[in-house]
Amino acid sequence: MGKLTPRYFTQPENPSVDPPKNSKIPEIIQFDVSDVKKKPWGRRREDNRTGKNHTKITKKFDKNKSIFKTDKGERKQQTQKKRYKVPKEWLDKYSKGEGVNLKKVKTNVHQKRIEHKEKQIQYATDIAAKTEILLTQDAGFLEADGGETTTQFTQKQIAESVDITAASKSFQLNLEFGPYRSKYTKNGRHMVLGGKKGHVAAFDWVTKKLHCEINVMEAVHDVSFLHLETMFAVAQKDWVYIYDNQGIELHCVKRLNKVSRMEFLPYHFLLGTCSDEGYLSWLDVSIGKLTSQYNTNLGRLSVLTQNPWNACLCLGHAKGVVSMWSPNSREPLAKMLCHKAPIVAAHVDPTGMYMATSASNRELKIWDIRKLEGPVQEYKLVSAATNLGFSQKKMLAVGMGNIVEVYRDCCTEAAKRPYLRHRFNNPIGNFNFCPYEDVLGVATARGFTSLLVPGSGEPNFDTYEANPFQSKKQRQESEVKALLEKIQPELITLDPTVIAEVDVATLRDKVDAKKKLLYVKPPKINYEPRNKAKGKGGSVKLARNKKILREEAKKEFIQATKDILPEAKDSKKKKKPFNVLDRFVPKKKV
Amino acid sequence: MKVKVISRSADDYLREKKTDIHKVFRNYDPALHPFEAAREYTRALNAVKLEKVFAKPFLGNLDGHRDSVSCIAKHPKRLSTIVSGAFDGEVRVWDIPQRTCEREFVAHNGIVRGIVYTPKGEHFITVGDDKTIKTWKALTPQFGEDDAPINTVLSKSVITSISHHRKSPIFATTGEIVQLWEESRNEPLRTYQWGVDSLHDVAFNMVEQNVFGACASDRSIILYDMRDHGPLRKVVMKLRPNKLAWNPMEAFTFTVASEDYNLYTFDTRNLKKPVNIHMDHVEAVTFVDYSPTGKEFVSGSYDKTIRIFDGGHGHSREVYHTKRMQRLTCVNWTLDNKFIISGSDEMNIRIWKARASEKLGPLRPRERTALRYAEALKEKFASHPQIKRISRHRHVPRHIYNAQRELRTIKDKQKKKESNKRAHSKKGEVPYQPEREKHIIKEVH
Repeated sequence: MGKLTPRYFTQPENPSVDPPKNSKIPEIIQFDVSDVKKKPWGRRREDNRTGKNHTKITKKFDKNKSIFKTDKGERKQQTQKKRYKVPKEWLDKYSKGEGVNLKKVKTNVHQKRIEHKEKQIQYATDIAAKTEILLTQDAGFLEADGGETTTQFTQKQIAESVDITAASKSFQLNLEFGPYRSKYTKNGRHMVLGGKKGHVAAFDWVTKKLHCEINVMEAVHDVSFLHLETMFAVAQKDWVYIYDNQGIELHCVKRLNKVSRMEFLPYHFLLGTCSDEGYLSWLDVSIGKLTSQYNTNLGRLSVLTQNPWNACLCLGHAKGVVSMWSPNSREPLAKMLCHKAPIVAAHVDPTGMYMATSASNRELKIWDIRKLEGPVQEYKLVSAATNLGFSQKKMLAVGMGNIVEVYRDCCTEAAKRPYLRHRFNNPIGNFNFCPYEDVLGVATARGFTSLLVPGSGEPNFDTYEANPFQSKKQRQESEVKALLEKIQPELITLDPTVIAEVDVATLRDKVDAKKKLLYVKPPKINYEPRNKAKGKGGSVKLARNKKILREEAKKEFIQATKDILPEAKDSKKKKKPFNVLDRFVPKKKV
Repeated sequence: MKVKVISRSADDYLREKKTDIHKVFRNYDPALHPFEAAREYTRALNAVKLEKVFAKPFLGNLDGHRDSVSCIAKHPKRLSTIVSGAFDGEVRVWDIPQRTCEREFVAHNGIVRGIVYTPKGEHFITVGDDKTIKTWKALTPQFGEDDAPINTVLSKSVITSISHHRKSPIFATTGEIVQLWEESRNEPLRTYQWGVDSLHDVAFNMVEQNVFGACASDRSIILYDMRDHGPLRKVVMKLRPNKLAWNPMEAFTFTVASEDYNLYTFDTRNLKKPVNIHMDHVEAVTFVDYSPTGKEFVSGSYDKTIRIFDGGHGHSREVYHTKRMQRLTCVNWTLDNKFIISGSDEMNIRIWKARASEKLGPLRPRERTALRYAEALKEKFASHPQIKRISRHRHVPRHIYNAQRELRTIKDKQKKKESNKRAHSKKGEVPYQPEREKHIIKEVH
């Protein structure tokens, strides 16, 4: 072996770092500590220590020198793995907001606490964004070759050119008890159909397995699944009925009278209904109680849609107004004048960002519903759109008479031509995009048609949120979980995140209350004079004393209220010093 | 034309066999998980309610003493064994998991004042009102053998308490004077005196092992160093400290249970004022013991309740009481940080959980993550009124409830009186005195 190499401080290789040769005391070995290279930690240091392959390593170093040199001339750590860089759009997608401005936190302790919390949130965002690479499915698409447009492709063409399982999702049912209405379940696996003439059917539309088919022998205005495929509500001639998946009538809800449209809020277990008589009601299906019922005083209600982001119900009115309702207030939370003609259809996209409204004057407008602003886009259609529907990927289906047009990217930019178009022989009843599928289910006057709309659905589902492949056991378990997590109707507000934020409103209330103190009437004190001996002061003196005391109490009270408000005191004192140029300011009229 | 449509084959999404676990696909896209805040709030509310549902701290009792329990000692090596002494001179060794008495004998003539195990747990030493210090074998005697002490020392003065050194075979006793003993000797190694008639409690520091503290009847707490000839320092309080407990993790922190219903945490470096005052008891606090983590301590009181305090907080996080439990004489936190053992006036020893709603036994990984998640949510939404109300609420017996109300009115009255005094006297005549300085009279070096 020869000479052992020193363990921790080897002689630096760099000649410039060598100990000066002309040092006066040669016995003392000098190290230039100022420029000692950092030793690598861990296993690599161990390797260096053995000295067996020492020369080899130095060679390797030399070889790689040029490769690992950056502009500054520093050598990067050799074995550093290249970290996966998360694209910015992913990070934005999972971002939880800007976070707290730490400089504004006054105390050191809280600053540290919040900093720690911010770090955790940042870490969670990063991790969530990284899970994007684990998603298994890609979204669908439809691309036209040169000289073609996607609009010209028919359903037949699309169905022929996709695989057989996907092609089986395009089908048609010819039924006689129309006009029909349809709804999908939250996981998009099951659907329920209701014909005006009483025909109600629920089935698994993927396997085409029929759950039940009944004729209720009454007019059917709307159908809707409740939280699971095992139960659905049917708005019949007079009342709302709830059936199970075998078609057995479970409930007849007579409190819901003459219902025209229904919407189910799955996280709140509320069945929102609007009636011909102008009533809007929320039925809690988990406890069977009517949460609230209001007369909107806005006439016949026939346009109802829910905002899936904040669970408000949006009503379209004949005056061109869209109003948003929560079960907590008798008045609408917001009203938007959207059109100058009666609103025919409205729909909110699943992320609650945009709302599409159409009116009888052939207008179609897209609104930014979070800010209650807009319109973001305005369109003039060939004929009035009687139906609207957003897909999970923000495609908009527009139904006009017997034509369905699907638009892509119509919210952010003005769409020039439809993405797809389909013409039916009969007028459309309603349509819905099927969640987690590239399918648009259209219920028409004489049946039901399932159209393929490539790229409309979310390709990757979350098993714990909505699972199209759930077994019976999983369904039961998720039902229990969902019931435990049922959001109380009190939490339905325009901004759903308000529960996790600082309660600013009450703080403002406190300040307001303080300000109001200035205008509070001073209370009258009750003064009862001592019974004095006769001759010592008459009733006049008594009255005067009383008056003096009252005045004093009043003064004190006013002073006390003024002391509470320091800013009120300051505002009087502070006056601007007179500026030379102030002489030109027009004098105030007395 | 290029076209692709979502198409899922069921084989990819369903488990192959019934014995397999279900396949799980996650998509953390916030758009698919709406109402995040509201759902988290609901979960937090459920978690805090469930915590209340599962809060069943009482585990069982050890029944057998024929007089009030006076003292309890934990075995230093074994979690399952404790030994207790009673007011009739009886000593019992208990097996906690079996909840049986392994051994019983009369050790002293009169009250058993204190019991300690030796550091290795081979012997335990008892002191009693008959001025004797007796050493006993920890092992149960064989059949035919008698329960006899292996060593008996007759002290010249009364002995009221005992504490053992963490490692060496040295222990200290109190009485009229503080005496330091070696296990094998019959004469004290050293005695300490500081003009006090009697001392009633002594405790060795677990970290700084030569230091010990004692509570004296002249309302003072005295600190000693074993290596020194005299006492170190003392602090005189307004009312008598009953019991002293050293923090097992921080050498300089100790807590005393006081006669004035409060507990005081002191820093030995500055005895002039306590670091914290822990209020909540409504009668004299008789006993205090730290958890082995040093983060929390438990106290027993004359008001028939046990309270658990977080070291840094002024108010208790938990209160335990039963209908039948009488005034507490001793409360001990077991060395696995999971249980609390209390002895009280009505002859019973009770076993409690240290965290009322904790699940005993092993946790499965999913269970553990669920509990951690619930914990995080509770913390996140802790200040929401609904959640705060539920998590803070403790039912207390009527006598406590009434006493609390009474104390509050007394305190309010005193405050008002003081402020009135201040308003009607010269400026600076009635100075503001911090609560932490109110209860200390002086520190003596």
